Amino acid sequence: MRRLQVGVMIVTLCASAAACGGASDDDANAASVPAAPLTNPVDPATAGNIVGRISFDGPLPQPAVVRMDSDPNCVQLGVTITDETLVVGSDGALQNVFVYVKDGLGDLRFPIPSTPFVLDQEGCRYVPHVVGVQVGQSVEILNSDPTLHNVHAIPSTNQEFNTGQPLPGMRHTHQFTTAEVMVPFKCDVHPWMYAYVGVVDHPFFAVTGADGSFRLEGLPPGTYTIEAWHETLGARTQTVTIGEQETGDIAFLFPA
Amino acid sequence: MLLHLFSLLVAASTALLIFAGGLVTSTGSGLSVPDWPSTYGWFMLTFPIDKWVGGIFYEHSHRLIASAVGFLIVVQAVWLWMAEPRHWVRRLGYIAVAAVTTQGILGGITVLWFLPAPISIAHASLAQLVFCLTVSIAVFTSPGWRRAYAARQAPLDTDRPLQTIAMLTTVFVYAQIVAGATMRHTGAGLAIPDFPLVFGSVVPPYWTWPIAIHYAHRIGALVVSACVLAAVGHVLYHHRDRPELRRPSLLLLGLLAIQITLGALTVLSGKQYLINSFHVVTGACVLGTSLVLTLRSCRPRFAASRTGATGSARLHESPRSYESTQEWSPTPGVPGARV
Repeated sequence: MRRLQVGVMIVTLCASAAACGGASDDDANAASVPAAPLTNPVDPATAGNIVGRISFDGPLPQPAVVRMDSDPNCVQLGVTITDETLVVGSDGALQNVFVYVKDGLGDLRFPIPSTPFVLDQEGCRYVPHVVGVQVGQSVEILNSDPTLHNVHAIPSTNQEFNTGQPLPGMRHTHQFTTAEVMVPFKCDVHPWMYAYVGVVDHPFFAVTGADGSFRLEGLPPGTYTIEAWHETLGARTQTVTIGEQETGDIAFLFPA
Repeated sequence: MLLHLFSLLVAASTALLIFAGGLVTSTGSGLSVPDWPSTYGWFMLTFPIDKWVGGIFYEHSHRLIASAVGFLIVVQAVWLWMAEPRHWVRRLGYIAVAAVTTQGILGGITVLWFLPAPISIAHASLAQLVFCLTVSIAVFTSPGWRRAYAARQAPLDTDRPLQTIAMLTTVFVYAQIVAGATMRHTGAGLAIPDFPLVFGSVVPPYWTWPIAIHYAHRIGALVVSACVLAAVGHVLYHHRDRPELRRPSLLLLGLLAIQITLGALTVLSGKQYLINSFHVVTGACVLGTSLVLTLRSCRPRFAASRTGATGSARLHESPRSYESTQEWSPTPGVPGARV
């Protein structure tokens, strides 16, 4: 009996030691990406555009200054960053809205950009805060800060991943395999750091800038459902029809 | 005596570990170190201290404290193996090693799998069992237990109602902690935002899973309170002159009051991380105290079963003993009974 007990202890200790000696590689980038055509199926002679503007209907929010005391390295950067949850211009222009064609493209398939999109961690925040990429396009997450970050993507349908970037200049490349609006990114080291990546299977998307405007170019004639997504105000859709070489103009108003 | 003091240290360290774990969850730092068992590629113990920033501070501290507690529990098991004559106490030491090892592996898995709720809940629930094991060992190695608390009263003064109430209290407290862990790891901590009412009423006007588990935790608090009050009332009425029962009873009552206050403040403060973490560790203290009361109330029964069933056989066990048999087993009429 005593031998058995000693044996159990030895096995347990060995298991502990083995558990402490491994290594983890959580690069969740092994999933296959569907093949895509090499040429754009839209005839440029007939292509049209959709332009518009996103506005916020409510009192102008005063973005709070983000306190970064929990990481002296961030404080020492000397950069003051503000909360990007709701950024509204003086004329009500709503920034950081992801606008994309939700429906209307049928079975059309589009080439995947060969250049990666760079999502930077700079000044202890994600830059840009809201981005769009195509399915299969490389997203390169870069650490430009003199501190550690962990890049934690929390998709619903794509593969979740969480990878550490302890040194400045480190890069992590990832390709999303399924369309998903939106994929939140966070840094668990710095809980104020968030980004949102819209993943769609076509190139017709945009993110509103300081003037709240957007432009979707090169669409074939047709009727489209356009969705505008905001991280706190939700999503709204509109339908627009464009003919050959026409430009449709729409506006979204997000109430407070 | 030294072994008992060391066991107390182990139990206190385990409580500290539970507090550190509470801080990890309360600050949302569970995934701030994405790898395990390494830390950003470093060996855990050599991870540079200047990199303990943001959420890493909580998660990495938790891992280091866990390693230290694991080491202490292994030392305790070895010590028990070398010096403890009661084989069932030695066995508890081995079980504690297995439990804390499993606990560490669960902690690693929950990080590598992005905090799946079932694993995280299991991690939180097993932590309480590890704590209970360390508390039990501390009780069993105490001088009071060995002399059967026999200084002031007959050692076989069995109080079955008290044993039942105390056992039920311990079981309900544990169930309540598991419900709390479920609430915590499914994001239901503020599913009911007001206190003491529920959306301005006594019963939720509508039900969702988060509301249901949150409400169950509140109802559980009432059940636990009733059990604690019954146990404490019973002890104070029937055993006021027995300090080994009176002291944990009064402590239990005080901890319950603190725990309910912390629970209310957790909701009202919007889950302020320190309040939330103290709520977690106070829950463990309520459980541990209830367990101490249970074990002490069962002490006479324990002796009877041990001496009656296996007493003669146990006399032929290996002669290792740190004290004379007469010192630690003075039960009248049962010389040498190892309990």
